[in-house]
Amino acid sequence: MIELKDVRKVYNAGKPSEFVALDGIDLSLEAGRVTVLKGPSGSGKTTLLSLLGCMARPTAGRIHVFGREITSLPERFLTEVRRKTFGFIFQQFQLIKGMTAIENVMIPAYPSGERRAELKARAEKLLEMLNLSHRAEANAEWLSGGEAQRVAIARALINNPAVIIADEPTAHLDTKLAREFMEIIENLNGGGMTVLIASHDPLIHESPGVDHVVTLKDGRIVSQGAFQCS
Amino acid sequence: MRWIEKQRNILDFTLGSLLRRRGKSLALLIVYSLVIFMLASVIFFTHAIKKEAAVVLEGAPEMIVQRLIAGRHDLIPKSYADTIREIKGVYAVNGRLWGYYYDPTNGANYTLMVDSDLNDTAGSIVIGKGVARNLPGDNYGAIPLKASDGSYLFLKVGGILPAESELVSADLILMSEKDFRRMFGIPDEYVTDITLQVRNPKEYTTVATKISQLLPDSRPILKEEILRTYDAVFDWRAGILIVILLGSILAFLILAWDRSAGLSVEEKHETGILKALGWETSDILLMKFWEGVAISLTSFLVGILAAYVHVFFFASGLFEPVLKGWSVLYPEFRLTPFIDGYQVATLFLLTVVPFTIATIIPAWRTATIDPDTMMRT
Amino acid sequence: MLVNPPILALLIFSALASAMLLYSCVYGIRIIKGWNIKSGSEYQLSLERRTYLISTIINYVFVFQLLSFFVFIYTADQLHTVFAGAMCAAGTLNLNEWGYRTVLLKFLTCVFSGVWLLINYVDNRGYDYPLIKKKYGLLLLIAPFALIEGVVQGLYFFGLEPDVITSCCGTLFTSENEGITAGIVSLPRLLVQGAFFGTLALTVLLGIAHLRRRILRGYPFALSSIAASAASAVAFMSVICLFFYESPLHHCPFCVLQKGYGYIGYPIYFSFLAAAVSGPAIAVLDPLNRIESLKTVVPSVRKRLIWLTLGAHSLFAGITIYEMIFSKFQLQ
Repeated sequence: MIELKDVRKVYNAGKPSEFVALDGIDLSLEAGRVTVLKGPSGSGKTTLLSLLGCMARPTAGRIHVFGREITSLPERFLTEVRRKTFGFIFQQFQLIKGMTAIENVMIPAYPSGERRAELKARAEKLLEMLNLSHRAEANAEWLSGGEAQRVAIARALINNPAVIIADEPTAHLDTKLAREFMEIIENLNGGGMTVLIASHDPLIHESPGVDHVVTLKDGRIVSQGAFQCS
Repeated sequence: MRWIEKQRNILDFTLGSLLRRRGKSLALLIVYSLVIFMLASVIFFTHAIKKEAAVVLEGAPEMIVQRLIAGRHDLIPKSYADTIREIKGVYAVNGRLWGYYYDPTNGANYTLMVDSDLNDTAGSIVIGKGVARNLPGDNYGAIPLKASDGSYLFLKVGGILPAESELVSADLILMSEKDFRRMFGIPDEYVTDITLQVRNPKEYTTVATKISQLLPDSRPILKEEILRTYDAVFDWRAGILIVILLGSILAFLILAWDRSAGLSVEEKHETGILKALGWETSDILLMKFWEGVAISLTSFLVGILAAYVHVFFFASGLFEPVLKGWSVLYPEFRLTPFIDGYQVATLFLLTVVPFTIATIIPAWRTATIDPDTMMRT
Repeated sequence: MLVNPPILALLIFSALASAMLLYSCVYGIRIIKGWNIKSGSEYQLSLERRTYLISTIINYVFVFQLLSFFVFIYTADQLHTVFAGAMCAAGTLNLNEWGYRTVLLKFLTCVFSGVWLLINYVDNRGYDYPLIKKKYGLLLLIAPFALIEGVVQGLYFFGLEPDVITSCCGTLFTSENEGITAGIVSLPRLLVQGAFFGTLALTVLLGIAHLRRRILRGYPFALSSIAASAASAVAFMSVICLFFYESPLHHCPFCVLQKGYGYIGYPIYFSFLAAAVSGPAIAVLDPLNRIESLKTVVPSVRKRLIWLTLGAHSLFAGITIYEMIFSKFQLQ
């Protein structure tokens, strides 16, 4: 459902600081699976994630999302595809301070012009699903690590995405919370959600729910296949 | 409907984030309001004073004839009135006696005028509110006025003029013809100037030409011309003042540019999150638009209200020396409040429009942050 | 030269708008030269980002230009007190040769930038931005209008010398003079009224036919709307305004903006401007229907535009016909 063919991404092209972040990437991700991107920092994980998630356009190559060619889509349309297809969970969760938990959950849906009452009901339901109803009106900076993590997950789910993309979601969590995170992800996957995680946390690589591991080095894929021990 | 909901959602978010950063917006709001306040004061004041002048002149004679000697306004012989009376279509030809009097104790200038109603009661006068304010106590008694021969005339205050329009009547002293002639030593066959009416309003220019032919040393003045001069003078003064204030507008625009260009790390981070979460460049631009609307509207209202109070309740204390610039007696008059859409539109063009244009490029810079910036840092 | 706050405001705005448009043109040229939607190069991405800036600029300039159009006329109107002989805007605009040209240029800038914004709106909904180069080519044609408008307006204000005796609207808009305005005023009344009602009726009929999908092409409606706008303008000056002023000789198109007539001129002008923008816009839309990525966009935009055009014409007709029926003044 997401296919990359000979994808290349170059930053600062033509300048002395030119930097090839990705080169010759061929990759195919199937629906309903949990895929993990691994590799040392600077290997191109994040760049690949942002290309897969329609956050950036490749310098060369082709990307298809659900059969649609997105490589030459202008930002206006790319964002629409992204909003409808992907939910994002970032490193350190990146909640907006000064806003309540439920407001944070609703933010990604604002531009689509949904009625506020309906939107709020949906956000409440998601928080309930993640056992957070009691913290809905709490300010984002007063949430504990585990709570912030679940708010971030709820926010990724607000637009009913087909794919969840997580960038180093466990980097700042202790083992217990990391396990908890993977449990939630596996539950979502059980419900048919496609998941894509970039991480160098062995806990994630070894977690039983992972179907597919892609290893990157210096902007190229060095190995990919079903779950394997590193 | 979706469109409206979207505006609502984004407006809601924008107001929330503005409130979260009150401190930062506050400085801009204050300066913005101040600029609007100053410009609005100038505009309201000139407009109101032009109106006032029109009201004042409404009762004035349509045409005045003065006599010029060596290019200066001089006393005019009563016989001139008879010459004028013979011109076809002219009626109500009257001689007027009036002049100025400097009161050394108060340092004020009074306008002295003959009122024919007082001719039977020589020795008593009617004074304007401004004059009354300069007199000690409530019971005025008699005022000493120094005559041209050095002697003093003691005139009893018989009444005070109602303050319909203080601009004209404030410094006025009305007296009988006899007292006036005695005070200034004006011979009986002279008056200060001659007023007249013409039956057909379209004929004023023709009559004026005829008068200057018949009486070559006279100068006819039309009321319309006086009004035109007032308008031009006040417009010009306001214009000059605004040219001077342009400096402050420019300083304000630089501040606005700087404020919206120099985003704090926190704001940049927030925009990065929004873009990563699926907000598009035009959504951020929309947010910036609502931000501008909120700031401009608040400042506009505050500035206009403050200017209204300043001009109409506090007699424009800050600008009056520049804008009014004549006798020392006038300061205490109140203008009739008057604002219309045209003044507001002018203010809008002078303040909100430049502000908006100055913030377009910085807003666009913020809006075009790459969505993946946040992931890469 | 006259210096007063509104004149300064108008001059400053024109300078700012011209500067912004020039800035847009610089990037417009780069877009025309270097646009390649297929490329993911950083240059292409930066051009794409610029398009947002330029749309935003034109949006604001259009709205503010509308405001400045009215402020300009109102200013000209207010100035009549300073000039002997002038009784309203018609007289002051005639003080030098630049007055009426400024009005015309301001009007054209509004119409052109309105049409441009519409094309931009449609283009932004096509996933490959099919009109991008044409759009920026058009911008290069429109920008000079705004620049010239700024200069002409400056010439008008700088050339104002108080106390020049000017002719007021009574002499300017009477049939005794020669020239276009006099020609308009002296047209036979029945012909003018016939053209006004005829084109309006035709426009409404074609509009309904469109909305019911009896006609698919937009040209007939667009042409009849433009004709109706022109007929409205002529009819307003030669016949309709007489009813507002309740005088058989007063043909001035500006006096209706005065307070004495309850500011009724503003809705009239607004509806006229709206129809003047949306009519031609429909003609522009027509060929766009053939572009693949706009096939779903054009019909819905056209439908809304037709409603807007019909609404604008109806408002104009509604106000003027009401006045023609209920005015104390009646033509024999």
